[in-house]
This record gives sequence, C-alpha cells and structure tokens, in this order.
Amino acid sequence: MILSFVLGLFASIARSELSVPEAAAKMMSLYLLFAIGFKGGVAVAGHGIDGHLLAAMAGGIALSFLLPFLAFALLRMSTGLSALDAAAVAAHYGSISIVTFVTATSVLSAQGIASEGYMVAVAAAMEAPAIVSALWLVARSGAGVRMDARLWHEILLNGSIVLLVGAFLIGAVTGEAGMDRISAFVVAPFQGVLCLFLLDMGLVAGRGLRDARGVISLGAVVFGVVMPILGAVAGLAVALIIGLSPGGAALMMTLAASASYIAVPAAMRVALPEANPSISLTLSLGITFPFNLTVGIPTYVAVATAIIGG
Amino acid sequence: MQTHAAKRVEIIIEAPMESRLTDALENAGVTGFTVLPVLGGSGRSGRWTREGQVGRAGMVAVICLIRPDRLDALLDAAFGVVERHIGVVSVTDTQVVRAERF
Repeated sequence: MILSFVLGLFASIARSELSVPEAAAKMMSLYLLFAIGFKGGVAVAGHGIDGHLLAAMAGGIALSFLLPFLAFALLRMSTGLSALDAAAVAAHYGSISIVTFVTATSVLSAQGIASEGYMVAVAAAMEAPAIVSALWLVARSGAGVRMDARLWHEILLNGSIVLLVGAFLIGAVTGEAGMDRISAFVVAPFQGVLCLFLLDMGLVAGRGLRDARGVISLGAVVFGVVMPILGAVAGLAVALIIGLSPGGAALMMTLAASASYIAVPAAMRVALPEANPSISLTLSLGITFPFNLTVGIPTYVAVATAIIGG
Repeated sequence: MQTHAAKRVEIIIEAPMESRLTDALENAGVTGFTVLPVLGGSGRSGRWTREGQVGRAGMVAVICLIRPDRLDALLDAAFGVVERHIGVVSVTDTQVVRAERF
C-alpha cells in the first residue's frame, strides 16, 4: 500500500503524465468508504454496543474541538500566518482524513491487530467540531465569519459522512449474514483498490508538495510534521483514558494526527473566504498526509501496541 | 439573420459557492445560465489546476446571457454572493438570435 503511495508521489514529483481519471478516483473512494463503514458495522453487530462506544465518541469529539486551539497557538508562534489563515489551517488539523483512517485500518488488519469496529463512527463524529473551534477563534479576532444553516447542512451531511455512517448502520443491522453475502465485494478486493487509490493520492500529494515551494514557510512545514505527532499523543491519551484496545488506540492516534482535505476546505471557503486556501491544503495534503502514511501510521501502531500491549 | 443585443455575464467562482450563486441568480429572476467546469488557470494566488483537486474544490464558470436592461439586477444578486470570494466577474456585449428567450 505504502509503496503504491510512494510510486504516485514519485511520479508526480518527477512530472510524469501518469494520472487516475477523476471518475475512477471518485468510484474508488465510494467503494472504500462503503467497505470500511460496512465492516465496522458488522464488527459492532458481532460484539455489541457498550459504554466504550459512547466514551470513544465523546473523546473523539473533544479532540476535534480542542486540537484546533493547539494548532492555532503553534501556528501563531512558529509562522507568520495571520489569525485568519492560522484558524483556517487549525480547522483542518482538528478534523480528520478518512483516507488516512482507512489506510490505518488496513495496516492493522494486515498485522492481525484487532480494533473496535465503532471507530468508524468516531471518525465520522470527528469531522465537524473542529470547524466550530476555528470559527470561534476567528470571531474572537474580530474577522467576519459567514456561517449559516445551509453550510451546517452541507458539513454534517456531506457525501463521505452519509456513506460512511450509512454503510456502518447497514453493517450493524445485517451483521455476519450480510457480510457472508457481500464479502467477495467488500473484503477480497479491498487491499487492491486501496493500493490503486493510494497511488492516486500519491499523485495528489506530490502536486501538493510541488506547490509547497513559495506558498508556505519552513516554520509551516515543521508545523505540518510536528502537529500530527502532538495530535497522536493526545489521541493516545484519550485512548488510554477510555481503555481502547491497541488497535483502537492506534486508530484514535491516527484520527487525531490526520488533517482534513475534503470536508473542511470546502467549509472554510464558504465561511472564511479571505483565508488563503493554498496554505491549508498544501500543509494537510502535501506535508501531513504523506508524513502520516509513510512514518506516522507505522509509528502509531508500534507505540499503541508497545504501550497497551498486543 | 436578425440578431439582438444582449449581455454575456461570466462569473468564475469557487466550486463550493456554485449553488449559492445559482440560487441567488434564480431569486433575482435569472432562470437561464450555464455552469461549466474550469480546468485551471493563474491568478493572484499563482497557477492552479483542476487536476488533483480533492472533493468539492476548484472553480466553476457560471455564464448568463440576458437582456441589457436586466444587467444591474443580476450583478447586484451575484455580488452579494461573490464579493468576498476568489473569482472573476466579466460582462461583454453579445448578440443573440432568439431575443424572446432572454
């Protein structure tokens, strides 16, 4: 998987003409979201719902609310970003990257490490709270914020969340019987599709890296590497408090370490149009996403396993 | 062939704002417009391309052909949406064949 990502990254940086058609990439992301949501739901159906689910949801939401404040403070200290741009970037880092999450679940299953199926629901719950924190930071600084019911509707019912939660519920309702019927579709091809999807994400991240020059400062690049580590530490702390398994802790670390590049960018363009979108997208997609995929996830899994025990 | 004077308004705006803009146009009585994807370009933030954009990102072009006397109402409605956003609004004189449609 990681090698596929690296291939895409290399091809993009080397300016190869390799590309994945937009519709194919969209189809693969739909497949991956459905498969990961469904498998999570089936796991919950098998093990039942307990207090850990609610605690994990609350922990994830709290992380998403609080991480933007840490990101904002770091950005204001280490870069010359304005309060507006820093808040927009902070929103990205409080929210999550579902592709990073999917990759982490795949790494865990490849290593035979079990994780809580409901982490899919935690991922969905962590998408939006960071946006509230970032808008509060901007409002506090006196800048104008354009936020309305329509934007909330778009954020909370964006396609990724609807598909992920919907597939999770389908999996939870149908359980093992449902899995028996469609396992040939959601289990066997999963790794191959993820490889191809990560090839495309490598191409996208490579373009982000190419664009990084001239858009972001060295301090911002350092932030793009340091912030996911701090997020992962916060995620680990929450996982320890809740009592998640090593696999669940690794996923919580991954969620807290990842930065959004789908839901939050669109929301920020509507709510904070004066913020520079190049900075946040370059950081989340060009710096943090490759870092998490190549160095972060293996480290989070190793740390969670070492501390909580495999 | 008989042609009639009209205005062609082209608004290039960020994709997340597309539905807000088209709704504002419809509310202002502009029911005819065309939305086109934008492949890429260059502006104050440097070069950009649609290739590699993830999710609802990038730019779209909304094109309206209207009678000259309806131009101000359209621009007022459009500016309420696009004023703070990245984009370009241009107005050009044009000719249409079937004036009753505009």
